[in-house]
Amino acid sequence: MAWGEFKDTAAERRLFQRRAVVMLVLVLLMMIGLLARMYQLQIVEHEIYTTLSDKNRVQVQSVPPPRGLVYDRNNLLLAENRPVFSLTLVPERVAGMEATLARLSEILDIAEEDIERFKRRLREPRRPFQEIPLSYDLGEEEIARMAVHRHEFPGVEVRAELVRYYPHSELTAHALGFVGRINREELQRIDPVNYAGTNYIGKSGIERFYEQVLHGTVGYQHVETNARGRILRVLERVNPVPGEDLQLHLDLRLQRKAYQLLEGRRGAIVAIEPETGGILALASVPGFDANKFVTGISVEDYRNLSTDIDKPLFNRALRGQYPPGSTIKPMMAIAALDSGVTNRERRIWDPGYFQLREGGRRFRNWNRSGDGWVDLKYSMARSNDVYFYEVGVEMGVSVMSEYLAHFGFGEDATLDVSGALSGLLPTADWKRAARNEPWYPGDSVNMSIGQGFMLATPLQLATATTLIANRGVWVEPRLLKDIRGDRSVDEFLPSETHEPLILKNPDDWEYVVDTMEEVMHGARGTARSSGQGASYRMAGKTGTAQVFSLAEDEEYDEEQVRERLRDHALFVGFAPSDNPKIAVAVIVENGGGGSSTAAPVARALFDAWLEELPATEQSSVISQVNPEEGR
Amino acid sequence: MALGSLLNNPANHHLGRSRGFWSAIHLDPLLLLMLLLLMGGGLFVLYSGADRNIEVVKAQGIRFGVALVVMFVFAQLDPAVFRRWAPWLYAAGMVGLVAVLLVGVGAKGAQRWLAIPGLPRFQPSEFMKLVVPMMAAWYLSRHFLPPRLSHVAVGLILVLVPMALIVQQPDLGTSLLVGMAGIFVVFFAGMSWKLISAFFALVSVSAPMMWFFVMRDYQKQRVLTLLDPQSDPLGAGWNIIQSKTAIGSGGMDGKGWLQGTQSHLEFLPESHTDFIVAVLAEEFGFIGMLLLMTLYFLIILRCLYIAVTAQDSFSRLLAGALTMTFFIYVFVNVGMVSGLLPVVGVPLPLVSYGGTSGVTLMAAFGVLMSIHTHRRMISA
Repeated sequence: MAWGEFKDTAAERRLFQRRAVVMLVLVLLMMIGLLARMYQLQIVEHEIYTTLSDKNRVQVQSVPPPRGLVYDRNNLLLAENRPVFSLTLVPERVAGMEATLARLSEILDIAEEDIERFKRRLREPRRPFQEIPLSYDLGEEEIARMAVHRHEFPGVEVRAELVRYYPHSELTAHALGFVGRINREELQRIDPVNYAGTNYIGKSGIERFYEQVLHGTVGYQHVETNARGRILRVLERVNPVPGEDLQLHLDLRLQRKAYQLLEGRRGAIVAIEPETGGILALASVPGFDANKFVTGISVEDYRNLSTDIDKPLFNRALRGQYPPGSTIKPMMAIAALDSGVTNRERRIWDPGYFQLREGGRRFRNWNRSGDGWVDLKYSMARSNDVYFYEVGVEMGVSVMSEYLAHFGFGEDATLDVSGALSGLLPTADWKRAARNEPWYPGDSVNMSIGQGFMLATPLQLATATTLIANRGVWVEPRLLKDIRGDRSVDEFLPSETHEPLILKNPDDWEYVVDTMEEVMHGARGTARSSGQGASYRMAGKTGTAQVFSLAEDEEYDEEQVRERLRDHALFVGFAPSDNPKIAVAVIVENGGGGSSTAAPVARALFDAWLEELPATEQSSVISQVNPEEGR
Repeated sequence: MALGSLLNNPANHHLGRSRGFWSAIHLDPLLLLMLLLLMGGGLFVLYSGADRNIEVVKAQGIRFGVALVVMFVFAQLDPAVFRRWAPWLYAAGMVGLVAVLLVGVGAKGAQRWLAIPGLPRFQPSEFMKLVVPMMAAWYLSRHFLPPRLSHVAVGLILVLVPMALIVQQPDLGTSLLVGMAGIFVVFFAGMSWKLISAFFALVSVSAPMMWFFVMRDYQKQRVLTLLDPQSDPLGAGWNIIQSKTAIGSGGMDGKGWLQGTQSHLEFLPESHTDFIVAVLAEEFGFIGMLLLMTLYFLIILRCLYIAVTAQDSFSRLLAGALTMTFFIYVFVNVGMVSGLLPVVGVPLPLVSYGGTSGVTLMAAFGVLMSIHTHRRMISA
């Protein structure tokens, strides 16, 4: 029974033919429809898709410029760049994220917070196959361990980037500052184009002040990448312009000496080259390791540093505002002489105290028994307070403030020292505004010996001392000495703003320097023990600043006062006194007396700068990176 | 060139020796030539789409060899054999589909395979692409054509039940192809235009119902993505954006073989399977697409000719339905890759990498050749 043969009629055949024709037409139309779609995509919208395709494969990558290096005055490297290895993951290629993270944590030391941050990033929108960093700054051992286990971790890679490294970090952290990851606030300030490939920015110090110079100019490359972001070839490249290398006035050897001298104490040293204003040493002790801050300090480390009772993060040299104590007397002497309140011959009777009026409050000399008749020279040598009480009251606050302002007190007189504070130079107006009280003569008494309201930073004291060393010629303190390469320092160093301090009798400078020499070399000088046996003459002034005020007539036993309530020991000075090469300010917190604690520190610095360091320079060959730059 | 000769090809038994030879081995040389051309060109594109992986091309070549053998075997069978076996095959297929839902294995949340110990893994839904039109043709050709309403209804039920079972796996692409294959039989059988209009009306009404009650979330997502790929450019929209970019950037004459950046830089996903046509469009441009479409059209034309010249209703219906199924493959695949249709897993026939569908397709062409070459001298 052949199926259908009986009913295979012509009608059925025709019916099928008609339907087949309908289908053929339909097929033809639909195919034309598909081709029309192709025409639309490939011919009409070709340009659009070509652009999209190029945008897909060709990425414009910014090439971050290498950050400029920082050298000391002898071309020793203070800040360099070193490769740091970080662990990155491409989530699309990771088989089992949780298991991978757990396994990675077994092999490497990955902080809980890193994993938290990574998971946060994972939830944010991103390009497929984009790398997400998990852990920064792998140690060499960790890199090696990753290399061994690499095959177990598809999608996990170790990436290198250049980050700042300070080889002498503890010594230079306060002088140089440091860089750190760009934060949200800085992100709004910086040029997004130039910082497109940059992760770090100067946070403080030189790194912050010369950020623009050190950073350089970003470069670009057009690279062909596949969908996983892997670069297959570089199509076009504009090289970045590296940041300028800076040379500082800082001398690492003197800096090291300064830290050694203050070791185990809290304090600050600022040393300035009077001829140039260059800061030779800027020490704030204790220091800290700035390298920890570069890639991001751990919460625990930061807590330890910030809660340390010695405040290692606090830059005492720039931001420590102390009562200057007797170290203000040389400047006061200039003021008293030039304003005509006193002269070299005037003598004042010191009974051990000073009274504004009969029966009034007694302002004590530090020598309770009194020095008898004293002139200016003697008062400087012995640091007699009563003489200065007297002339201070006679000058009054306005004259004292005016002269002290010429010495750079009450302002940040530095050119390129980022974060330096201004201290406090009190005036009658200031007191009325701040305390809502009039200026009492007693305030002038206190101010005349650097107590009371007045505050100054060690850097300010060194600056004022430099002015005396220069006999009134201003050189603003600065760190930048030279820029490697073609550009000149003047391009970046702010211009000087201070007028020289011209005295009515210029010889008064020499006279005050003489009185300061008496401090060091005079038979009764307060720092004569520190001046002994020197091959050069030096000028200086000791100071002792009270940490807390003692009531009138109250005696205190140093031993009974807790260590941290002891007086701050201060010293300012320069050497050699006739041709100054170095001016210093030293403060040792709770160091007791200036003459016993601070003056020997300064003497050691003088010796180092004037004798020991030049001697080593001659005897040993110091390899210089760029010999013709040395002087 | 071939249009005229394709249409005016006289019956084989009137031709000379060579036709006699082809007839004796039950192959259609013209159709075979075009299929080989398509497969050969497909291997070329595949080499590029698989990023110069010669192993993929070899594997595909072996599949093509198997598929050609299957085609040859099917071509040797008399159409009457298919007709006799249709109900039994259909029954077996239905058992297989139910079994898949109960004990099937699979991946990505879909159960599509039957793993019977001792046999290769087997996909009953693929088998149904052939068997459902056979069954429908068997049923409808038993009666006078055009069919009565009740016959149409039974025919549609024969189609829709396996289709529904395949949707449950879920496998939207295959269920669509199986369903279309069956429905084409009903259409060719002479289902009245009134009914066809009603059917389309029903489909358009039931589309929203499908949305709410039948479609899975991932299927809905695909439709939404089609409408607005930019809504999720890195997720669901990625494929469609990248494939359109590949096609569009090809331009008139393409970027050249192996020069497609979209596929070789891995932006284009599935570049050697479902999205291979984008590789072709990128590397050979509009001209390449025109050639491909022309080749497909000529194959369809030849197959429709075979259907029209078939000797009995069963053969005609089956041949017509299989031809149109082949077209649906092409249309759905190119439509989805070019962003006209939602992404469903339909390969580009005889070009996309992958085994099962290629074998099924070649089996269908074997059936067509069988229909063309097993002729009885009953009437002039």
